[in-house]
Amino acid sequence: MARVVVDVMLKPEILDPQGQAVQRALPRLGFEGVSDVRQGKRFELEVDGPVDDAALARIHELAESFLANTVIEDFTVKVEEVAEAGK
Amino acid sequence: MTARIGVVTFPGSLDDRDTRRAIKLAGAEPVALWHKDKDLRQVDAVVLCGGFSYGDYLRAGAIARFSPVMETLIEQAKSGMPVLGICNGFQILTEAHLLPGGMLGNDHLHFICRDQKLRVENASTAWTADYEAGQEIHIPLKNMDGRYVADERTLDMLEAEGRVAFRYVTGGDAAEGHGNPNGSLRDIAGISNEAGNVVGLMPHPEHAVEPLVGSGRTDGLPFFTSILKKLVTA
Repeated sequence: MARVVVDVMLKPEILDPQGQAVQRALPRLGFEGVSDVRQGKRFELEVDGPVDDAALARIHELAESFLANTVIEDFTVKVEEVAEAGK
Repeated sequence: MTARIGVVTFPGSLDDRDTRRAIKLAGAEPVALWHKDKDLRQVDAVVLCGGFSYGDYLRAGAIARFSPVMETLIEQAKSGMPVLGICNGFQILTEAHLLPGGMLGNDHLHFICRDQKLRVENASTAWTADYEAGQEIHIPLKNMDGRYVADERTLDMLEAEGRVAFRYVTGGDAAEGHGNPNGSLRDIAGISNEAGNVVGLMPHPEHAVEPLVGSGRTDGLPFFTSILKKLVTA
């Protein structure tokens, strides 16, 4: 089993009011020096079987058609090493 | 014989009954359609109504867009069947790429519910023919994800092709329903596809069809009489 992580972010030119609200709260919490915050989504897909090129291509297609709306969002797909017990 | 206009109910739809009622008041026959059913029951047009289909999980309209009824609807909309998307319906139409651009959370991060002034910019679509271009109407608006966004090139194309169907009226008193309520780019409240058969907007014409309820006006009724006239004379 392997984990594939899909990160989805609003395109850089699109206003992110949620991120801005987070950024504005930082000084109140004593965090200085953060000039911008943008908030995104992370999907963790537990994949059965090997994550080969074919599997990654399918996940890429899924991300492009469903997990992200590419009109307004960008996404990245990466395979995450899962430390398995007993190995 | 009158026209048959379908209204799709998804899990989480809210305004299906009001929409069917508005269709009936306009003199057409409302037909209830179900999200799991690919069959559009030989309707002449479809309205995707407001609500929070599938809880708006992932993105507003993102999951509804893949429901069985949408398979048939997308195909038929592409071959000219009139489709109107109101609020969540507009979001579903952008997710289905029947309309360009996308919908995001209101810039002020709050749900908004108020009577809103709009200007009808294009009175030649299937759903707006009973208005006059430039006419101002006052209908309810209620949404969380009402911010219309698209890249500059798409916005310029929409403007150049006259596909901005409705714009929020700005520059006046907010208490009178003026102002951009959600940060939509270029004050866009609704758009159409190239052929003019698919129209989407955030505010709710179906809640403004009788003087007794809603905004107390009937400013939304021409949506439904427009489509009826188009279908009956077609």
